[in-house]
Amino acid sequence: MPTHVSAPLSREQALALRAGETVLLSGTIFTARDAAHKRLCALLDAGEPLPIPLDGQVVYYAGPCPALPGDPIGACGPTTSSRMDAYAPRLLERGLRGMIGKGPRGEAVREAIARFGGVYFAATGGAGALIAGCVKEARVVAFPELGAEAIRALRVEKLPLIVAVDAAGGDLYAAGPAAYAAAP
Amino acid sequence: MREIDVALVEEAIRSLFLRACREVGPDVLACLRRAHEREESPFGREALRQILENDRIAAERGMPLCQDTGMAVVFLDVGQDVHFTGGDVGEAIDRGVYRAYRDGCFRASVLDPITRENTRDNTPAVVHTRIVPGDRVTLTAAPKGFGSENMSRLFMLTPSQGVQGVMEAVVETVRLAGGNPCPPVVVGVGVGGTAERAMELAKRSLLRDCGEPSQDEALARMERELLRRINALGIGPQGLGGRVTALAVHILKEPTHIAGLPVAVNMQCHAARHASAVL
Repeated sequence: MPTHVSAPLSREQALALRAGETVLLSGTIFTARDAAHKRLCALLDAGEPLPIPLDGQVVYYAGPCPALPGDPIGACGPTTSSRMDAYAPRLLERGLRGMIGKGPRGEAVREAIARFGGVYFAATGGAGALIAGCVKEARVVAFPELGAEAIRALRVEKLPLIVAVDAAGGDLYAAGPAAYAAAP
Repeated sequence: MREIDVALVEEAIRSLFLRACREVGPDVLACLRRAHEREESPFGREALRQILENDRIAAERGMPLCQDTGMAVVFLDVGQDVHFTGGDVGEAIDRGVYRAYRDGCFRASVLDPITRENTRDNTPAVVHTRIVPGDRVTLTAAPKGFGSENMSRLFMLTPSQGVQGVMEAVVETVRLAGGNPCPPVVVGVGVGGTAERAMELAKRSLLRDCGEPSQDEALARMERELLRRINALGIGPQGLGGRVTALAVHILKEPTHIAGLPVAVNMQCHAARHASAVL
């Protein structure tokens, strides 16, 4: 049975999640990908305030398609998370609690997840139409000039995810393939 | 000499990209269904279930199946007896791309590589043109997402590395890519030619129906052996572990130089999209 998780996410709830756990996430999350992460970290470098809260929040590495008429959002699947590895530890240090994306994370991110008490969820890459059905509202909240890469607040209901990296050091991207690899 | 108005090219490109971004072909769907039956990992089975459900929703609702509607790659075979009229055929292709991405609510994903400024209409297309006998024009739209494109690699092997070197290069590319390129993938391999030709061959091999073996018996054997070795890696659907890492391996070859053995690997995610038309 999947675990129901709400966003923003409490530290206790994040710490209780384990790699391999199936999750349905509901609440408000923020999209941010390459260009938005670069801007956020540039603001941190300059000591300026960020346009979105970080504490306890969940970011979704995604750049949606424009919405079909009448829909809140277009296709909206995850992008490759490792491109955000350069930025993620800084944001986790500032209170970011959860990340949603696809594909494995580097060692520095896994360490920051353990150190600051975060969690990394995997969404199904290439399931953009399916995931769009879980998004009930979307609005641009920062960097509108970035188009698809703008930061959007999404209200999601029962977004299907798998815990991929937990704060106790579990990493499904390592354990999963190891369990199915044939002996060389 | 046959005259073809470039407006026909524009319309064909528009409709091909609209179709390709909304639905994968029956060949890919059949491979995904077989993968779902065969997969043993619970995460892998669930990912494949979601992918099949997603592809059904996208086709039914006429929405893009993936938000990465890609760079607009076009394969253009022009009969040597064709004369294009009514304007610049390259501009017509770009207009067709722009209209498809606007009308389909597809994402504008193309930008200047240095300034990172978005062109806002997903142009220009990447066009591979060949002059062929006859008086027809064959157009193939192959939108390419960059989750998989980023995992592609080029190897300039030495002749001494031989077929064994080719096999190792391909398996190593898939192993290093892990869960990044949205497995289960289709692995396109180009062997021979020059550096740039090898990669073009690798991409062109992806246009073949998913899982259809090479006509060349030696290449077909290599494809089967590579698929076996890749699926033994255990990466699985979405990289979460499992038996199905690749749906198929496709190889194309061309003669190369006595001093070289170029091998290009072009990775294709499970949204293996392409659509063709003949004018």
